[in-house]
Amino acid sequence: MNTSLNWIKAMVPGLDEVTDQQFADAMTLSGTKVEGYTAYNKNLDKIVVGQIESVEKHPDADKLVVCQVNVGGSTVQIVTGAPNIEVGSSGQKVPVVLEGGRVAGGHDGGALPEDGIKIKKGKLRGVESYGMMCSIEELGSSREFFPDAPENGIYILGDDAEVGSDAVAYLGLDDTVFEYEITNNRVDCYSVIGIAREAAATFNKPFNPPVVTQTGNSENVNDYISVEIEAEDLCKRYTARVVKNIKLAPSPKWMQHRLMTAGIRPINNIVDITNYVMEEYGQPMHAYDYDNIAGKKIIVRRASEGESFVTLDGQERKLTESTLMICDGERAVGLAGIMGGENSMITDNIKTMLFEAATFDGTNIRKTTKKIGMRTDASAKFEKGLDPENAILAMNRACQLIEELGAGEVVGGVVDIYPVKTAKRHIAFEPEKINRLLGTNVSVDEMKDYFKRLEIVYDEAANELIIPTFRQDLIRTADIAEEVARFYGYDNIPTTLPHGATTMGKISFKSRVEDAACEIAQFCGFSQAMTYSFESPKVFDKLKISADSTLRKTVVISNPLGEDFSVMRTLSLNGMLTSLATNYKRRNKDVKLYELAKVYIPSDNPDELPTEKVDFTLGFFGDGDFFTMKGVVEEFLERIGMRNKPSYDPEAGKPYLHPGRQANIIYGDTQIGYLGEVHPDIADVYGIGERTYIAVIDLSKVTPIASFDRKYAGIAKFPAVTRDISMVVPKDMLVGNIEKVIEKRGGELVESFGLFDIYEGEQIKEGFKSVAYTISFRANDRTLEDSDIQPVMEKILKDLSDMGIELRA
Amino acid sequence: MMKERLQEIREKALSQISSTDSLEKLNEIRVSFLGKKGELTEVLKGMKDVAVQDRPMVGQIVNETRQAIEEMLENTKKELSSKLRELQLKAEVIDVTLPAKKNNVGHSHPNTLALEEIKKIFIGMGYEVVEGPEVEYDYYNFEALNIPANHPAKDEQDTFYINDKIVLRTQTSSVQVREMERGKLPMRMISPGRVYRADEVDATHSPCFHQVEGLVIDENITFADLKGTLVEFAKEIFGPDTKVKFRPHHFPFTEPSAEMDVSCFKCGGKGCRMCKGEGWIEILGCGMVHPHVLEMSGIDTEKYTGFAFGVGLERIALLKYEIDDMRLLYENDTRFLKQF
Repeated sequence: MNTSLNWIKAMVPGLDEVTDQQFADAMTLSGTKVEGYTAYNKNLDKIVVGQIESVEKHPDADKLVVCQVNVGGSTVQIVTGAPNIEVGSSGQKVPVVLEGGRVAGGHDGGALPEDGIKIKKGKLRGVESYGMMCSIEELGSSREFFPDAPENGIYILGDDAEVGSDAVAYLGLDDTVFEYEITNNRVDCYSVIGIAREAAATFNKPFNPPVVTQTGNSENVNDYISVEIEAEDLCKRYTARVVKNIKLAPSPKWMQHRLMTAGIRPINNIVDITNYVMEEYGQPMHAYDYDNIAGKKIIVRRASEGESFVTLDGQERKLTESTLMICDGERAVGLAGIMGGENSMITDNIKTMLFEAATFDGTNIRKTTKKIGMRTDASAKFEKGLDPENAILAMNRACQLIEELGAGEVVGGVVDIYPVKTAKRHIAFEPEKINRLLGTNVSVDEMKDYFKRLEIVYDEAANELIIPTFRQDLIRTADIAEEVARFYGYDNIPTTLPHGATTMGKISFKSRVEDAACEIAQFCGFSQAMTYSFESPKVFDKLKISADSTLRKTVVISNPLGEDFSVMRTLSLNGMLTSLATNYKRRNKDVKLYELAKVYIPSDNPDELPTEKVDFTLGFFGDGDFFTMKGVVEEFLERIGMRNKPSYDPEAGKPYLHPGRQANIIYGDTQIGYLGEVHPDIADVYGIGERTYIAVIDLSKVTPIASFDRKYAGIAKFPAVTRDISMVVPKDMLVGNIEKVIEKRGGELVESFGLFDIYEGEQIKEGFKSVAYTISFRANDRTLEDSDIQPVMEKILKDLSDMGIELRA
Repeated sequence: MMKERLQEIREKALSQISSTDSLEKLNEIRVSFLGKKGELTEVLKGMKDVAVQDRPMVGQIVNETRQAIEEMLENTKKELSSKLRELQLKAEVIDVTLPAKKNNVGHSHPNTLALEEIKKIFIGMGYEVVEGPEVEYDYYNFEALNIPANHPAKDEQDTFYINDKIVLRTQTSSVQVREMERGKLPMRMISPGRVYRADEVDATHSPCFHQVEGLVIDENITFADLKGTLVEFAKEIFGPDTKVKFRPHHFPFTEPSAEMDVSCFKCGGKGCRMCKGEGWIEILGCGMVHPHVLEMSGIDTEKYTGFAFGVGLERIALLKYEIDDMRLLYENDTRFLKQF
């Protein structure tokens, strides 16, 4: 909402001394937030109304002329090249910036310089010039708002401009336009009157809204038109008046200027009055050509399904049963609250018009504009749900302006169909409750003073507050408390801390596991990534995921921003690979990332919420390999108390991973995740030119197993004994199988074991590899002897040799 | 004769020791005089040839000689060792300005850093951190928050819909309702998490971002308590000199409602690029929980009142770490992440 301060001041005369900044600050603090303001007279200094006395040819330049301009009390010589100032002409009144003054911009209408342009006296081709005559662009405005300005040339003022007076004031540019952020509960503030009322209340000054006088001739409007509302649920009130003998003309300058401040282009007196009242009262109006209304009758009804209608912009619109139409005796003439019809629109030949000010259902208008894809200034107002009491005020105000401007002859009387009158709400006045909610001690008298400023009436007998109809947002005491708080001042409310029962600050176990994941990942060199939760369904093809995979069953967004953001991810890989690829393309080296990535697994029942779980996802390229990643996984598991050795099943079957370098991670009987090298095809698709490794751990699987309990197991008192075994093993045998034997056969005496050498190549026969383990034995109660270890070793070796493993000397 | 021999040995030993420059040679000298076959040991072996009456006297001289040699050996060893250590240390001087060998530890995402700070503040004030689903029933995201069907706020938030009943939550306020329904009073909670709105990606918008919701419900909770709590929060996050301004605002689920601005921590309120010359930066929305919202969750509004606030995590992170483009948060360029 953009509104001129002068327009506000016209209703709140007490604001004359208030500066723009003071006004902005005070309004913001009382709840009408000022987003910004623009002073139209910024950088306009020493600009007066001048009258050209003579124009002569410049002696040395074909395109320049030398003018003598009366600037009130004196005449100055000004040289100009403006095409609309012709040699020999005189008498035009023009804006003149005197020497030492300042204008806002250049004549080309480009961006305005911050400090404007200073005008000095100078010589143009040898002839002295004391100031400048201004174009509308130089005054910081445009032809958009001054349609009578020439495309290229000096702006010619009206004959009523007084020579020597302030030209800026004459043009209505001595004004500041404020931009407000109006919240959707304050429908009343989408109008000049509404903001003026808030301003008066904020500054505690008298509020003088326009005084609307009786209008109309001795005829009776009912002889001209009848109105019937069929769809009462969608039209709370319909008022109509008739204006005849219309004389279309430009509206007066003052009206044009005010429309300009609201960003509205002046058209003619009738259109301008309609727009003016819409700004002033927040009530949209519509004018129909009365001679095109069949049967002298208006019917407000729903459209028939599939009905089509041509709006006044010439577009054909397809309608549904939920669309509200304004119809005459034969056909539709307007799309209620949105736009009139081509068939009844006002043309330059208008003689008699039908004026409409109605109250349509906001929700219906909003839905209709969405459905037909057309939003207008009028519909934007109706959408918010207008006060039916306002319709008649706006109607009569418009007719008053028609009479004042001599735009036509208003027919006496009003057609006013208002099936259910809006009642004023009554709210019990509970001052203690208000103070208790706010933590304040505002006196009852103070509260009553605020109410008075807001036109809320206190009924002492009933101890009730009577709420004006334009404040549909005030429903209960909490709402009243906000009104009190606004005018008492949010800043004046004390600051305290809640007291009462102590509550415990804590985080969930799940969060602790997540924190541990972050901690370990970061220790291991991985930085935290965040990627979007939605992605393209094409990701599944990109990752070679099979057509029948359950991963393809996703939560689908019905109104996505585009296909790329249209399904909720069921696996976290795409985000990780995309981020790694971004880094690769930017030539970042050794990139290690992790994400606590939520995935969304849909329920079979579409009315149930999906399961949301966190995949702890790690990915890197550069320094490291598969086993680097495996190390990170195991560090994490240890950190969350999963101290047994996980096992790794190479038959993980992940199509997006290297077929020979992938494994499911299994802890006990639970598959908790997987890791592997990204399939080179997939790396190519993402554009990562290095071997890339990923690991995914399903935190929903590990959280139930995790534990942060720790038990001290003592430090061994007796020495360990180690034995090395060196083996020749079939090449495709997993060392994991050897480890299983050591674990199983070694029993309690085996403290630990570790691979210390693995080798293929010369000296090892084809199809085999050499593998060497060191096993450490220890007992808690004695130093182990050879005789303790020998039988255990024999058991291990026997099983290994049964597996086709040769023992090397 | 014996006496002279001992004197000779003594002088010889002492002279050899004093001219020694290494620990190895010193040891050799020790062995050559005091070892099993050493000169002094040899002398002792000749004791049997000494007259019995002279033996105590000779014995004493032998001991004195041994003592003198040992003492000198010991002193010289100490001297030499310390000299050698000195030489060693001199030889081992390093250039301490050579580069460090760093354990390339990873870095937290700026959102996480900001969230950790927020969590610490509120956990310290007795708040529990809770979570709720991101794919949420319309009821929890809208209806139970006083945003019924056809409410204009529903359009304003540009909601992503899954179907008629299920949406991607547009605000973490949905968790408020779930917690209130659990009905454990008094209640102090914060709920961080992802929220979604249909905004195209640009420097200041993302269709997916994070909020932290706060909720306190207890007897006698006032707007003054809300102000006090958030003033503490602002000072902790943005520094002790931070000034705070509350402006009236409107949210369907709070009444009275406010927006909170903090004085620009870059210019201190004078006006700069960061605060767009305003001196103030909008930080969060808050208010007293709307009585209708409490009622819908079955809370007795005669007994209980509460306040709620919602803060955009990205907003805090962008401001606090002076990040000028929101897209950086979701690109995961390590040159960006390593700065946190």
